[in-house]
Order: sequence, then structure tokens, then C-alpha cells
Amino acid sequence: MRNTVLLWLALGLVSFCVLPWHMTDRGITDLAWATDDIASTGLFATVAGQWWLAPTGLALVLAFVLQFAVKAPVRRAKLTLATALAGLFWMALQGLIIVRAGPRLFETVLTGEVISAGQAGMGAGAGLCALALLFVATVSLSQSGKGQGDAFVVSTIGLIVALVGIFVFFPVMHILVRAFQVDGGYSLTEFFPRFFSSDIWGLACLFGDRSCGVAINSLFLAVMTGAGTTILGLAFALIFTRTNFRAKRLLRVLTVLPIITPPFVIGLALILLFGRAGTVTEFVADLFGLEQTRWVYGFWGVYFAQLLSFTPIAFLVLIGVVQGVSPSMEEASQTLDADRWQTFRYVSLPLMRPGLANAFLLGFIESLADFGNPLVLGSGYSVLSTEIFFAIVGAVADPAKAAILAIALLTLTLSAFLLQRMWLGKKSYATITGKADSGQNASLNPALKTLCYAIALPWAALTLIVYSMIIFGSFVKLWGYDHSFTFTHYIRAFGIDLSSGRLTGVAWDSYFTTLTISSIAAPLTALVGLSTAYLLVRQKFFGKDAFEFSTMLSFAIPGTVIGVSYIMAFNFPPIELTGTSIILIIVFVFRNMPVGVRGGIAAMSQLDKSLDEASITLGANSFQTVRKVILPLMGPAILAALTYSFVRAITSVSAVIFLVSAKHNMATSFIVGRVENGEFGLAIAYSAVLIITMLAAILLLQLLVGNRRLRRADRVQQSV
Amino acid sequence: MTQTQPGSVQFTGVVKKYGDVTALKKLDLMIEPGKLVTLLGPSGCGKTTTLRLIAGLEMATDGTIHIGGQDVTHLTATYRKVSMVFQSYALFPHMTVRENVAYGLTVKAVPKAEAAQRAEAGLELVGLAGYGERLPSELSGGQQQRVAVARAIVLEPEVLLLDEPLSNLDAKLRRHVREEIRQIQQRLGLTAVYVTHDQEEAMAVSDDIIVMNNAEIAQIGTPAALYETPSSSFIADFIGDANLADCDVLEVEDGMAKVVLNGNTYSVPSHRPLSGAARIVLRPHALKLMSPQSAGVQGEVTYAAYLGKEMQYTVETNIGSLFVISPVSGQPFAQGDAVSVAIDQDQARLVSQ
Ligand SMILES: Nc1ncnc2c1ncn2[C@@H]1O[C@H](COP(=O)(O)OP(=O)(O)OP(=O)(O)O)[C@@H](O)[C@H]1O
Ligand SMILES: [Mg+2]
Repeated sequence: MRNTVLLWLALGLVSFCVLPWHMTDRGITDLAWATDDIASTGLFATVAGQWWLAPTGLALVLAFVLQFAVKAPVRRAKLTLATALAGLFWMALQGLIIVRAGPRLFETVLTGEVISAGQAGMGAGAGLCALALLFVATVSLSQSGKGQGDAFVVSTIGLIVALVGIFVFFPVMHILVRAFQVDGGYSLTEFFPRFFSSDIWGLACLFGDRSCGVAINSLFLAVMTGAGTTILGLAFALIFTRTNFRAKRLLRVLTVLPIITPPFVIGLALILLFGRAGTVTEFVADLFGLEQTRWVYGFWGVYFAQLLSFTPIAFLVLIGVVQGVSPSMEEASQTLDADRWQTFRYVSLPLMRPGLANAFLLGFIESLADFGNPLVLGSGYSVLSTEIFFAIVGAVADPAKAAILAIALLTLTLSAFLLQRMWLGKKSYATITGKADSGQNASLNPALKTLCYAIALPWAALTLIVYSMIIFGSFVKLWGYDHSFTFTHYIRAFGIDLSSGRLTGVAWDSYFTTLTISSIAAPLTALVGLSTAYLLVRQKFFGKDAFEFSTMLSFAIPGTVIGVSYIMAFNFPPIELTGTSIILIIVFVFRNMPVGVRGGIAAMSQLDKSLDEASITLGANSFQTVRKVILPLMGPAILAALTYSFVRAITSVSAVIFLVSAKHNMATSFIVGRVENGEFGLAIAYSAVLIITMLAAILLLQLLVGNRRLRRADRVQQSV
Repeated sequence: MTQTQPGSVQFTGVVKKYGDVTALKKLDLMIEPGKLVTLLGPSGCGKTTTLRLIAGLEMATDGTIHIGGQDVTHLTATYRKVSMVFQSYALFPHMTVRENVAYGLTVKAVPKAEAAQRAEAGLELVGLAGYGERLPSELSGGQQQRVAVARAIVLEPEVLLLDEPLSNLDAKLRRHVREEIRQIQQRLGLTAVYVTHDQEEAMAVSDDIIVMNNAEIAQIGTPAALYETPSSSFIADFIGDANLADCDVLEVEDGMAKVVLNGNTYSVPSHRPLSGAARIVLRPHALKLMSPQSAGVQGEVTYAAYLGKEMQYTVETNIGSLFVISPVSGQPFAQGDAVSVAIDQDQARLVSQ
């Protein structure tokens, strides 16, 4: 183990001495820093007067010396641990105190000249030093207890805790700080009146014609969407499991489609159908001579769009729940002379109640966090997620207001999340791994069946229409006015000058950026998610519950809030990332991590624990066990996590829209820009290409997954 | 495969708690090198827990564990020279039989050629030479079981652990494989700790049996010692069948106790000083049914079953219901017959109440 520590220390020392400590404008690949006169490495900078970098270097040297000076292993580990922690702590502290711009700690107390002059954000040198110190600390920690701890496990925990701390908690902290900030200080008394203002929580709409506060609007919409998607999802799940409906496969496809659709596309299609110049609007207007209204640009428009977007999530949750109701219970009820309606009413439905609550809360959170649909449709109905955006990019930028709104939104989503965890968090996994039960699920009684069809089939039809619109709309000149067939939109977006081979389309840049960033983010997400799942399922350690909670937390933080918080936290040193592609990758990894974790947990729970234990008793350490036993058996789960994070990275818009830059624009924010300019044709053509790209990617991965699973299944079947 | 250095296992005051559940209360035990020792006891008594503590898959809440004289209390499983055969075999489904057997050698970076050769020797030892290229799913249950044993022993562990290794096999195969395991263990001189529910299996393979009950050791001894001199009514009942009846001990002299049972006085061997109320252990084979007028305990047959070579009776008497096994000879008794039960006093045992 001393060798591991020495290796990391060597890496740290080398980075301290030869890599640029601070961020350079040109990036690390440009080697100009090595030759020009600016003293840029940690060592040179220290000599040149930035004395506050010295302690980090000293900590590395001291830890190095300790490895040879102290003989007793436990004592050595303890001393090294303390040294490394002190080094890390100092790095963080100096980074937060001595900054060039933006908020800094102890602003009023520390006012020396060098301190006010500040320094640039941390660069490669600082990053690697921090990493080295972190691993030195974790490896030493694993050695400093009684006996031999597992360095691999402790290091993985340490790394994930550090990453979640820096990229989830640190930015969210910034929002809190910003919300309490007033000119030249912090104030509680300023915060509360602003937080509880009637702009946010007002109930005026209940009593008169004026509109309610944005938080109330969001809340109302979320409750409605939660309820609506749960009912629709239940209807679908019942049709799927309890009837012999013919076109089940088509239904399945319909429910998967919205997952690979960028969130605002549905809103867009609704505009094409029901907007002022929409097909349906004009048809109805002609037919009944009605006034063409703008109803779609308000509550109902957003509500429909959300129902269309989020019902599949409810369906996926509820199909597990409905299948989880053991047929033998229903059979028991029927042998007790209950009829089918009574069986459903008194047995099946109560058994599904926790699942229904779960589906409701998921729909609720998704609706609160939804940004794309309100952005496109909600001009007449303001909600928190878009108001936050406008507070940042609007005519009058008001970050403090954005912070306060973000806190309101966070309060709502976190409450729902906590409720879900407290109430039924643990139960939700169990339904998947339920015992196989022979017997027949009771089929629905006729009235109920009709009801389900009546609810679900119109929805399915609407979804079909929406998607046909997307295809159709991308091929017509000007929707609503000139329906002649054209390729113009595709050519404008994805044109290629064949003679020179140049890509002349306007969309190519953002298309390639999106694909590149998503393909980098997807494996990282899978890696972080699955490692976390491994720790949670297979390792015991102190503070595991808190660890699990904090890794799942980012699920409850809406994208808009993450976007705002990233701007506030990473626009300034010590970690200055805005405008880079790194920040986009990071935001995807931490936004989508909970999904990777869940997938990993589900997959890992299906691997018999005695396989790991066998490997360990045969003398393998945890790293070897993960590499040789767990990973090879988790192939399908890994591919699923990859697909999902890839798709999510391509379709997400809420956090991204804050973080894109001219150099690194993403497809979704590009499309939103076109929509705002009224270029619907181009926007839709681009969306169609995205959807097809994702379908291709999913099919490709599915092929691989499908094959793997079959082979594994017949191998495992008899042996375990 | 002969350089194995068997190690001893020693527990000193080992306590294991899972949260509020105490799985082991202050366990002390010593397992000699080269012995096969069985942990036996009712479900939930802590057998698996004891085994996992030896393996290092669980850490003791209190107390110390020594293996081969070395303190391993805080050493994790990776670093202990202990191998385990799991109830589910836990063969890696994505590796061939040879890769499975060589796994422990591979992760220890033993040179490839040597690992392959040792794996082959291991497979030969369990009678599976030539099966190396198969996948575990292409083997029968018994073969998989033997692969699991081979995988554990090629590492030449100080201690071999087996957790109910036969419970997935059918009754015939069980007997066969348990004999094989015993032979391999003796040939290699391994220290082995074997967990089972089945007391017959335990008697058949063990040098010593550790009977556990309620997270404690109830008695340690050879199979014969446990059967012949049970220390409590729990052991008497658990090892072999026994009828237990309350009795009074008058005095103990020269290893013989004078006992009053149902008004009659018997002279029963006893190695322990006892007096007053005690319990007498009457093995079903040590009881004999006679015609009602003969000396003995009077009763009535309430159940009689014919099992070919022997008869099983349940007899209701005023010292309780007695279970009797007797060889079939002449006309067996039938349900409802009045009988007298004769007690073979030399085979009776005494335990405290
Ligand atoms: N991980 C655990 N968490 C909590 N309690 C546990 C755990 N493992 C075992 N126990 C408890 O410890 C006690 C001993 O369990 P153990 O598995 O050692 O029993 P066993 O003797 O092997 O039983 P069986 O013959 O049924 O396998 C039981 O009461 C069990 O419920
Ligand atoms: Mg057990």
C-alpha cells in the first residue's frame, strides 16, 4: 500500500512542479505555457510571490518524507492522512479567499494587496494535485484503522463524495448564498419578504381575475400533471396487462417515443396543431365560425404537452406495479365470491396504492422541473422553471431573483422527493424482484375496460398525430400558410456542398458538438452511476445512508436550478468552467447519475452475492472482483445505462441552455433559438433528425444488449 | 498438492452482532489442524455466521480470531488463507471450469503455466479431468459441486470452509459426495469446517462436532461422545432420537446413579454429579416392549408402523409418550394393545433438567 501512496504523491509532485497550476486561456493542449515567461507551474508561481500555493507543495513533500521516516504502518497512515487532508483543506481555502473576481470568503476581513489582486481559476496542475492528495488521503484512511481496509473501496467512496460535493452541493450552496446577498453583505430580513412575496406565492387567481404567484402556478400545474399522468399511465398499464388488446406493441412504441423526444418538440407540435394558425384551430374556426384563440399558449397548452411527455414515465412505473399484484390474491378474492369489479376495487387497487403514489410523485417532480414545454407554450402562464431562466437572460438580469425563485422550486421538488423516499422509497424496488407466481391475473370487467380504452386510446391517437406532424411539418414550406412540399429546412440545417465537401448547413456545428459531448458524458455517467451502485449494494461503510441520499439528490434538483447554480458557482475562480465543453459534460454526468445508480442497483441485486464472496475468499481484492466477476456479468446493465445517459444528454435542455457558449452550442438550445425566431420548419426538421439519430443509437445498443442477455441467461440458468 | 500446511482455528470470546440481533454470544472454540469439524445446529443458531467470521466475510464485533496461530481478527477475506465452498457453489458463469479453478491462482499472479497445471491437478483430484473447457452450466449439479471444491483446494488453504455444500444434491448423490469430500480432506490433511443441518451427515464425516444452539455452543465432542454422553436434553434430543422423562436421582457412586422413575429404582451410568430432579434419556433402541404383566412401565400402544426390518411404536405411559424401535420378530404389537416397556438401564443416560 505504501507503493500506491508513493505513486500518487509522485504524480502530485510532478504536477506541482511542471504543470500549469492555473487555468490558461488557451487550454492545456497548447504548450505555450511551457515556454513563455509567465511563471505558471505551482512551483514557479510560489517562487514568483504567490506564497499561498506553497503549503500544498509542502504537504506533498511532507507526505513523501513520512513514507520513509515512519516505520509503524498504522502511525504512518494516520500521519499521512492528516497531512493530505491539511493540504486539501488549504487548497480549497486559498482558492475561495484569493479570487480575481466574483464572491470570495472573508471579503471584509482579508484585504491585502495580493489578495485583492487575486488569481485565475485552478488548472490542470491544481486539479491533479488535488486528486493526488485525495487518493493519498483515502488510501491512508483505509490503512489507518485496525487491520487492512480496502483501499479501492475507500478511494472510490472518497472520489464520488468529492465529486458530488463539488458539482452538486457546492453550486447549490451558491444559490443559497446569492439569495441572501444584499449590497455589501448578507441579510435574513431582506430574504424573507422577497421569498414570500405575492409574485411567488400569491393566491389572487382564486378570488379574482388576476393571476397567481409563479410558485402556485407551478404547484397547480404539477398536481394536475401528476394526477393526469398517473391516471393515463394506469389505464395503459391495465390495458397492457389485463386485456387482450391487439396493438400492444404499437402502444409500447408510443410510450417509448416521448423518452427520446426533446422536451419542447411536443410543445412545438401542439402549436402546429392548436396554435393560431394551427391545423385544428383553422378547421374548427371554419366549421363553427369561432374566434381563433391563443388558449394553447397558456395553462392548457403546457398541461397537454406535459401529459404527452410524462405519461410514459408513469406507465413504466405502473406496469411493474400492476404486474406485481399477485394473481393468487385476485384468485383468492374471486373464490370468495367477489365479482371482478369488487376484486379490483377492494383487492387490486389497494395493493397498487403505493405504486400509484410513486407514479404521482414522479409526474409531479417532472412537471415542476420541465422547462422546454413552458418555454415554448407558456407565454400566458408563468412557472418557476422558466421565470428563473428569464431572470438570468431577460432584459434586466436579476441573479438574486433567480436565486430566490430557484429556492422556491427546490423547496417544492425536495419536499416531493423526501415524501417519496420516506413513504415508499424502499418499496419501489421490491416489486421488480417479486417471486414468480403462477396463475392468471383477473381480466378487467367490461365497464372498467371501456373506461380504460376511453382514456388511453385518444391519448395514443394524439401522440400518433403529434409525431406525424413532426415529420410532416419538417417537409412543408411554411406551416399553416404554405403547405407545399420542400426539402429546404433539411438543406438549410444539414446541407453539404458536394463540390467542396464543406458542410454548409447551419446545424452541423451544434449537431457534432452534441454527439461528441453526449458520447463522452455517457460512459462517464455509467461509470459514476455503476460504481455508486456497487458501493451501495455490495459494500458496508460508515455513513452509507447519507451517501445514498446525496447521490440520489440531484434527481430532485431541476435542470434550471442546476443551470443557474453552475453559472453562479463556476463563472469565477477557483473553478472557472463556464464557456468550456467540460462544464457541459459535467452537468450531464451529475444530472443523469441517479438513473445510472438505479439501473446499477437493479442489475447488481440480480447477481448472487456469493459470486463476489467466492472471488474474495479466493484471494482477489475488490478491484479484481469488480473487473473479473462483476463487470463481465453486468454487460446489459452497462449498455442500458450508456444508452439512457446518451439519450438524456442529447434531449436535455433546461440546464444546458444556461451553459452553452458560441463555441460549444448544443442541438437543443440551437433549436430553442430557432423556435424563438419563429423558424418552426428548421426547428422541426432538426428535431426529427435528432430523434432518428437517437433511435439508431438505441437500436444499435439494443442489438448488442439483446445478444448479450440471451447468452448470459442460458449460461447462468443451471449453474447458480 | 501435498505441501498444504493445515492451520488451526481459534476463537476467543468472539461476539457478533448485526445491529440489535446477537448472532453469536461470546464464542470460544479451538479447531485442531488437519481435523474436519462440523458445525451443527437448528436453523438460525449462528453456523453460517461462524463460518463467515472464519472466512473474513464478516468482522467480529468483539473478541479475537487466530488462524494458524496468527491473529487475523481485523484481516479481510482477501488476505486470509482460507477458502470457502458455497451452498450455491458460486461458480463464475462466464468462465470455463478451468478458469474457475485457476481463478484464485490468476489473481495472485501465479505464472500461467503453473496455474494451468495446478488447476488440472485439482480437477483430477475431484475426478473431473478433461472437463476443463466446459462452462459450469454444462455440468450436472454434483459435478459443479466438485468444481467448487477443486477451486477452493488448489489454493492450498490453511482452512477449508464448506457451508451446507450438499444441500442442493439429491439424497443418493449426497452420500457419495460427502464421502469424497471426506477422503480428499484426509488425503490432503486439510483443516476443514463444515456446516450442515443434517445430523446424520455430521456424524458420518466429522472428527468433531460442534453443536450450536441460540447463538452459543451447546457441546463439542466426537460423534460418539455426543451420542453416548449428551450434556443436556437439547443435545440428547438433537443427536439421535431420544425419549426424555423426569426422574429423581438418589445418589451417585462410582459412576453409577440410583434413579427413581415411576416408582421403580434403576441404576444408570452417570459421569456427572447429579442429585434431585433430573431427566433420563431413553434411546428408542434401548426400550423393549413386553407383554403387559412383565416388569417395566405399563402403557398402551397408540401407534404402530411396519418399516420392513423394524417396527416403530408410540406408547402412551404415565411417564409420557415413548417412541420405541424394535426389530421385527414374531407377532408385532398392534394399536390398542396393552404393553409393558422394559428399560435397558446400561444404555440410559442422565442429563440435568
Ligand atoms: N446480515 C444479517 N443481518 C441481520 N441479522 C442477520 C444477518 N445474518 C444473519 N443474521 C441473524 O443471525 C442469526 C444467525 O444466522 P446464521 O445465518 O448464522 O444462521 P444459521 O445457523 O446459518 O442458520 P441456517 O441453518 O438456517 O442457515 C439469525 O438469527 C439471523 O437472523
Ligand atoms: Mg446458514
